[in-house]
Amino acid sequence: MFDKIMLLAMFLLSISVVIALYRVIRGPSIHDRILALDSIGYIVIGIVAVHSIMLDSHAYLETILLIGILAFLSTIALSKYMEGGVVDARKSDD
Amino acid sequence: MHAKAMIEIVVGILVITGTVLSLISSLGIIRLPDVYNRAHASTKSATLGILCILLGAFFYFIYTHGVSSIRLLLGIVFVFLTGPVAGHIIIRSAHRSKVVLADISVQDDLQNYLDSQKNVESK
Repeated sequence: MFDKIMLLAMFLLSISVVIALYRVIRGPSIHDRILALDSIGYIVIGIVAVHSIMLDSHAYLETILLIGILAFLSTIALSKYMEGGVVDARKSDD
Repeated sequence: MHAKAMIEIVVGILVITGTVLSLISSLGIIRLPDVYNRAHASTKSATLGILCILLGAFFYFIYTHGVSSIRLLLGIVFVFLTGPVAGHIIIRSAHRSKVVLADISVQDDLQNYLDSQKNVESK
């Protein structure tokens, strides 16, 4: 019963990724695509957590933190680049 | 009731709640009319869904392995803090890049505020 519930959760999360992928392909502006990719990153974190419950192993829990950090940093870099072309607005020495 | 059955019920409820919230967030991303509206779906609903799933995993691993994995708690705090911040930065960048609002929008508060600031400065 518990295994079936985890399998159902994994199936529904995969459907969520496919649905959000439609917005990545279709989105009229780039910001739609950035938003949908950020959401896909969060759903993939959920998939990794459910998978590690199913496998009964706590070896994959570091990838949750890694995926979260990488998704956040790339979202911020992409957004600031789309805004003005400059990601890091510090004065350079030369 | 047996303790293992109780833990499985709690974890199952949390995981199913988180999954349904993530599904609703994805439906919101494809159905809402505007990039500014889609940010609601991404920042509120998806973040809460992930929090519920990670909380369920935390309780599961405390019971079965006796391992209180602090990485899951760190992940929960990190996603809770950075989810809405990322959504805010995307939307601010979209407004500065002049992405148009949807047709059914009634008012643009930020544009009114920026115009009033510009009028104050030019006087």
